[in-house]
Amino acid sequence: MSRTDRNVRAPLPRWADVALIPVANVLLALLAAALIVLVIGENPLKAVRIMVAGALGDSQGIGYTLYYATNYIFTGLAVAVAFHAGLFNIGGEGQAYIGGLGVGLALLAFDHVLPLAALIPLAVAAAALFGAAWAFVPAYLQAYRGSHIVITTIMFNFIASALMVYLMVNVLIAPHQMSPESREFLPNAWLPTIGSVLAGLGITVERSPLNLSLVLAALACVGVWIYLWHTPWGYELRTVGQSERAAVYAGVKPRHIILVAMAVSGALAGFVGVNEIMGVQHRLLLNFNLGYGFTGIAVALMGRNHPVGVVLASLLFGILSQGGAELAFEIPAITPEMIIVIQGLIILFSGALANMSRPFFERIFALAARA
Amino acid sequence: MPAAEPAPPAIELRHIDKRFGTVHANRDVSMTIARGSITGIVGENGAGKSTLMSILYGFYDADSGDILVNGEPAAIRNPHDALHLGIGMVHQHFVLIDPFTVLENVMLGAEGGALLRRGKGKARAELERLETEYGLGVNPDAVIGNLPVGAQQRVEILKALYRGAAILILDEPTGVLTPQEAEQLFRILQTIKARGATVILITHKLREIMAATDEVYVMRAGTVVAHRRTEETDEGELAELMIGRKVRLELDKAPAAPGAERLLVEDVTLHDARGVTVLDHVGFGVRAGEIVGVAGVSGNGQTELLEVLAGIRVAETGRISVDRTAITPARPMDPAQMRELGVAHIPEDRHRLGLVVSFEATESALLGYQRDGAYAGPVLQRHQAINRHCAALMEEFDVRPRQPFLRSANFSGGNQQKLIVARELARDPTVLLVGQPTRGVDIGAIEFIHRQLIEHRDAGAAILLVSVELDEIMALADRILVMCDGRIVGEVARHDADERMLGLMMANARAGNGAAAST
Repeated sequence: MSRTDRNVRAPLPRWADVALIPVANVLLALLAAALIVLVIGENPLKAVRIMVAGALGDSQGIGYTLYYATNYIFTGLAVAVAFHAGLFNIGGEGQAYIGGLGVGLALLAFDHVLPLAALIPLAVAAAALFGAAWAFVPAYLQAYRGSHIVITTIMFNFIASALMVYLMVNVLIAPHQMSPESREFLPNAWLPTIGSVLAGLGITVERSPLNLSLVLAALACVGVWIYLWHTPWGYELRTVGQSERAAVYAGVKPRHIILVAMAVSGALAGFVGVNEIMGVQHRLLLNFNLGYGFTGIAVALMGRNHPVGVVLASLLFGILSQGGAELAFEIPAITPEMIIVIQGLIILFSGALANMSRPFFERIFALAARA
Repeated sequence: MPAAEPAPPAIELRHIDKRFGTVHANRDVSMTIARGSITGIVGENGAGKSTLMSILYGFYDADSGDILVNGEPAAIRNPHDALHLGIGMVHQHFVLIDPFTVLENVMLGAEGGALLRRGKGKARAELERLETEYGLGVNPDAVIGNLPVGAQQRVEILKALYRGAAILILDEPTGVLTPQEAEQLFRILQTIKARGATVILITHKLREIMAATDEVYVMRAGTVVAHRRTEETDEGELAELMIGRKVRLELDKAPAAPGAERLLVEDVTLHDARGVTVLDHVGFGVRAGEIVGVAGVSGNGQTELLEVLAGIRVAETGRISVDRTAITPARPMDPAQMRELGVAHIPEDRHRLGLVVSFEATESALLGYQRDGAYAGPVLQRHQAINRHCAALMEEFDVRPRQPFLRSANFSGGNQQKLIVARELARDPTVLLVGQPTRGVDIGAIEFIHRQLIEHRDAGAAILLVSVELDEIMALADRILVMCDGRIVGEVARHDADERMLGLMMANARAGNGAAAST
């Protein structure tokens, strides 16, 4: 009885929980960022104007914003799926890296024999497979050896990084050059940009790295939504995440769910490789994954682990990434490091301090209900 | 009437009112709790008892009304204020740290300085004083995790007394206790009362009210509907006041007509992770159309027995047969396969096994049947069928409120249990495993659940009922097995059994192994 009473005590309507609180957290973070901008003697309103204009003001800005958002959607979904199974996947960074390796290997091997139409599914499958495999090892260790998934996925980020350096420097580096990069793929292995697709429809937009991975991201969102809430497997995954004992009672094997959930999570993170390697860089290189995996945690937290929320949070972080770059360019006093601070503040307020504003709103709603 | 006493009452509540959104949890509640008395508060789940006590203990603020402690108006904003005024609370779910000793748990929050040593010495002396005064029988150096539930509860009482509580609130204290432990608890409460302290006992077990209290308040739908001196009332009247109509505590049921053996258990043995024998060569059978009750002090293997039969755990030896299918350690079956054999399971722990509290009712109503063709296509779930199914279960079993999309946690305990029972009975199982079907459930729901079990028995189900409530075993079972230390120590036909005899069987067997069990 006391249990239900405690629930009645928090009478936040659902819309407040999923929309009001995240928005309030972002506003708080922006307020804190504005104070910092003030301290260095710049006008925060001007800064906001530059950021918004840079991120959304023209087709090029929008293109960049969506390109960043694509990566955040992949890693955000990856964290969300694992989270629903009760797992905290901190390894998106490494899974994205290895997913990119898979894309690169597949394209280097087949770009001179297969057409684009065959290379696209091949690259997507390679990204998923490599990302999933990289997540599978920590998942197995968690399920059958009890090694904590947070620790192992973090360590696997470092292993991925070391492995990539080794491969790029010693194995995959193109002959006769200094920088650790592979040869460029043949143009038939380049994922078309959205710009070129639109040009085919007679619409011209300015150049940006935005490519067809955006479509893959949209499909991934719908897929995750269907998987988690409309299939028996998703039901079982969520049951394990909420109550392992209830899952066992229901005939579900939690170990299997851990393996499956992490594999799906790793595959989603691996899709970053499709965007970066096939869509933008057109060669295999180092550090193309930087930061997307970790930011994905904040994206998932802010998006309440729901695909719709993940998309919205990804857009916000896309705006920050692109608008921030513009801002650093326009106002030299605001260095790129400051942009990272602002992003950090948003992560802090919507992640670590996600529930800070909750009691305040609960009181507001309690007062409103009484009135 | 307490009017003859010159001292002010220990607690006086005046016109307490509390709303949670649209729920009017307490409506103009007034009570007077005499000092040095044991006062019972009874009511169904959701009657507002716990809310009222949470207001008194400072968890919630009342919307209006006054609280007087020892005749003085008191502002209790948090549990700290309550403790300061000498009010202590023993929660239904204990707030203890398992790896700590009793002493460390009691000290927690009152360590007395930066260095533990001095505080520990003082606490130990104080605990010894309390031990001689109240005789709680708790070793200060025992580790909480190793103590039985009854002893853990006495540690909670000790914590309150250590902090100087003169008014002790106990919220459903016997829900987790065996009959013997409950008796011991009531003896302790009498001692506490004899020392001049005041006890408030929240329960929905009428027998306990009759046995332990001096006065009783009856609550229904947020209001006090009656105030009686215990000696001037009886269980029948209280039950009627609680639910607002006459109830039959006795069930009338036709004699059982047992058919073929549906469930056969032979020589099943199981050890726990520490190597302790929890099931020791257990064997019995259950026939179609009978209810076999398993009586016993909780923690003597009943939980593990149900889990083995349901496929949650695998036995180390022996054989379980459901109709003609044999399940052995070499060929185990998981819970999903057991369900396919027609075995349904109403688990003991409804919050952790029976449903998922964060799931909507529709999702909890699906638990265990998520792969069933009626609810899952080749890829997608059949949401319409799932929702219809849940709505039908709610209708048939009177689950309130009738909101299939409400989170499971927001239903009261009785309604959660009705949903689980509904789900498990919906398939007309051939074998039904039932654990504590009415623990923490109010009288109206108990009656309903009992009648459902009898109906399924009459329809030919083989039912195995595990309960620590002897009343329940006596009311439902046709045959009674007594379990102790992982063994079946006795079997009696219902018409040959009475509570005293079963209690003796449980207790005698226990005395023989007491040394091992109590350390």
